[in-house]
Amino acid sequence: MGEASAVTMAAPPWQRWRSLAEAGLPFAALIVMLAVIIDIRPAVFSYFGFTLLFKLTTPLILAALGQMLIIMLGDIDLSNGSFVGLVTCITALFLTDNPGLAVAAYVALVLAYAAFGLLIHLRALPSIVVTLGMSFIWLGAAVMLLPAPGGLAPGWLSGFMDWRPPLLPLPIWAAIVVALAGHLVITRSSYGTILRGTGDNPRATARAGWSVVAIRVAVYAAAGGLGVLAGLTLTGLTTSGDANIAPAYTLIGVSAVILGGGSFTGGIVSPVGTVAGALVLSLAGSLLSFLQVSPTWQVGAQGGILFLILAGRVLLREVPQ
Amino acid sequence: MDLVPPGDEGAPPPPPGVYLAVRGAAKSYGAVQALRGVDFAVAPGEIVGVVGHNGAGKSTLMNILAGTVQRSRGDFTIAGKAVGEWSPHEAQRHGLRCVFQELSLCGNLTLAENTRVIHRSLRGPGWRRRAGTLIRQQLDMIFPGHGLSVETRAIELPIGARQMAEVARAFTETDAPVRCIILDEPTSALGHKAASQLLAYVKGLPERGIACILITHRLDEILLVCERATVMVDGKVVAERPVARLSRPTLVGLMGAIEAPHLPASAAAQVAGRPPVVDLPGRDSLDLAIHAAPGEIIGFAGLDGHGQRERLRALYAYSRHRHRQGRGPAVAYVAGDRGAEGVFGLWSIAENLTIRSIRTLRRIGLISREAECDLAREWVARLEVKAPSIDTPMLSLSGGNQQKVLFARALASDAEIILLDDPMRGVDVNTKQEVYKLIRREAEAGRCFVWYTTEVEELTNCGRLYVFREGRARTELLGAEIEPARILETSFGGRDG
Repeated sequence: MGEASAVTMAAPPWQRWRSLAEAGLPFAALIVMLAVIIDIRPAVFSYFGFTLLFKLTTPLILAALGQMLIIMLGDIDLSNGSFVGLVTCITALFLTDNPGLAVAAYVALVLAYAAFGLLIHLRALPSIVVTLGMSFIWLGAAVMLLPAPGGLAPGWLSGFMDWRPPLLPLPIWAAIVVALAGHLVITRSSYGTILRGTGDNPRATARAGWSVVAIRVAVYAAAGGLGVLAGLTLTGLTTSGDANIAPAYTLIGVSAVILGGGSFTGGIVSPVGTVAGALVLSLAGSLLSFLQVSPTWQVGAQGGILFLILAGRVLLREVPQ
Repeated sequence: MDLVPPGDEGAPPPPPGVYLAVRGAAKSYGAVQALRGVDFAVAPGEIVGVVGHNGAGKSTLMNILAGTVQRSRGDFTIAGKAVGEWSPHEAQRHGLRCVFQELSLCGNLTLAENTRVIHRSLRGPGWRRRAGTLIRQQLDMIFPGHGLSVETRAIELPIGARQMAEVARAFTETDAPVRCIILDEPTSALGHKAASQLLAYVKGLPERGIACILITHRLDEILLVCERATVMVDGKVVAERPVARLSRPTLVGLMGAIEAPHLPASAAAQVAGRPPVVDLPGRDSLDLAIHAAPGEIIGFAGLDGHGQRERLRALYAYSRHRHRQGRGPAVAYVAGDRGAEGVFGLWSIAENLTIRSIRTLRRIGLISREAECDLAREWVARLEVKAPSIDTPMLSLSGGNQQKVLFARALASDAEIILLDDPMRGVDVNTKQEVYKLIRREAEAGRCFVWYTTEVEELTNCGRLYVFREGRARTELLGAEIEPARILETSFGGRDG
């Protein structure tokens, strides 16, 4: 105590290198995977090849960013995947013929997310339990709306997802734009700072005069909004609705956040890293196909890749004192 | 001793130039009264010191002023205006800032970003640069030569540097000028140099019209920088004096004005001569060795968090080690933080009570339910635990009864040395008296107790005390020396410091 707390400030340089390496991990993994794929099938290295390769990444990236917002607060969202499924059902059923109803449903869903955030905050409930319950509500509602896959996405939505923008394919443009927007809002902006601070030490921000309730509700609503966008883009790609289309999004989203440098303890997340993480995880499946791994082994092999990358993160992390 | 009966010397009505005043402020948490009607006022540019023992209500009062705790009763005026609901945001708008005792920085944010957290106007393009400049200039002003980079995340800094950053952050100004700063134990985590830099800065505040409320256990700091000192005991203000007429002994004396029923010191002092069962050397030459013989009740005294708990834990590890090697008697530990360290909430009373004695309850390798119930029933009856049956789950008991079961867990075991880690927190008076009696009886029967408590009156049950200061056992008090005023004096570092 007392005198013992003499002050030594600057972080040692190896620590800087380590955090740099940690931040670069998903990008390194992405580049390695792309290199292997292009080596096997050089034709992939083209506008058309990349369009096919990354086709399904846009909704996954949006869902992962929604998950990232929740993890930023130190919570976790286990309902993310079935929520996206419900949105595809609503979109395929109503958006073409009755757009007003569809939009009202989206708004109601976002409000429901906000309400669950409020509930979790006021009753100090574990988010893992509440969102697990929510996942069954979303799934049940989706099955009631659309017992078997079907419906039809409006033409403008499918058209947009098929759009060929200049220079780069749409999914890559989308990834870049979303990553930059997330970086600006969460990492750079003054309000994003408050959000991250609340995830680390809600008491500190409350003492500084911020309403932690309002923050939680707003963040949950934003996560719901990103879930709606993920559902919309997914319907545009598949052109129909399916309650069971995206259950994997939940855990892939969580993995993407952690892979991208996030931490379950809250406060530490990286939008750019999360986007890269989502790209890596969706590429893992394609990579295995290119390597001609038999479908029987693919799920296990995908788990193996995920394990290797996350283990890399753990090895790079600083040992807590 | 300069005693002032509580409530006799109510504060005079606040002078016209008063910045902030509370009258009759009270706060209760359930049945516990943390603050029992306090009058307190600060004039612009005045530096007031607040002293008192742990649990005297200082932090509660500051939390009420800062808006982080709502008062249960009382009037509150700031800058002449009456205040109803009060919030941290409102407090900041009125220029009132608070540096809390436990740190309130977000570890994942840089110092610049942490500065943004308390300033709503730091937004828009370039906010990061402006926030960085603000905190850097303030750090330079208070702690010249601090060597801190404002782009470092708080978690990467040692505790002292974090405290410096937090103090500096509280003084930064954007739209609302700072009118008054509350500092709650600001120097406890600072090194010597930084502490004197801070005190020098605080001394210069009146010239700039900034008031300061300084809460500290280091009485010299009060005498050095404050104009007026307020002494709190037991949720009340017992004295308000200009510092010019105060000295260390008078301050300590004022704090000792506790209406404590003075219990007769136990007869344990007579056990000297028996071979000790505990003999743990100190860490260095300033640190006394802890030794205790069977039948003794040893107290660990001192202000909260000055190393008593750490020593108790060390004692436990040491005694366990010796017992395993067959060189000493068995030891048991009674936790004070029931929820975190003591109770298995969903288990029954019987299971909670007997877990320390499972080895003796075995029949052919399995736990005998019958023996378990017998042991539990015996001790539930001896300690008069109020519960419908021994199968009742622990969490349905009151705090006092849970604590009794934890005591029974230790007493029902074969332990000869029993370590008590502030076990009476949040326990009602009657239970306390029962447990005191029990402890004395068990000591007479030859058990040895080492008892850490933050309640001064409780220490009068002990035959011998070690008073801790700054992580070391600094003073030993014996028999007649054990009385509240003397304990306080040694806790604060003696008459001459």
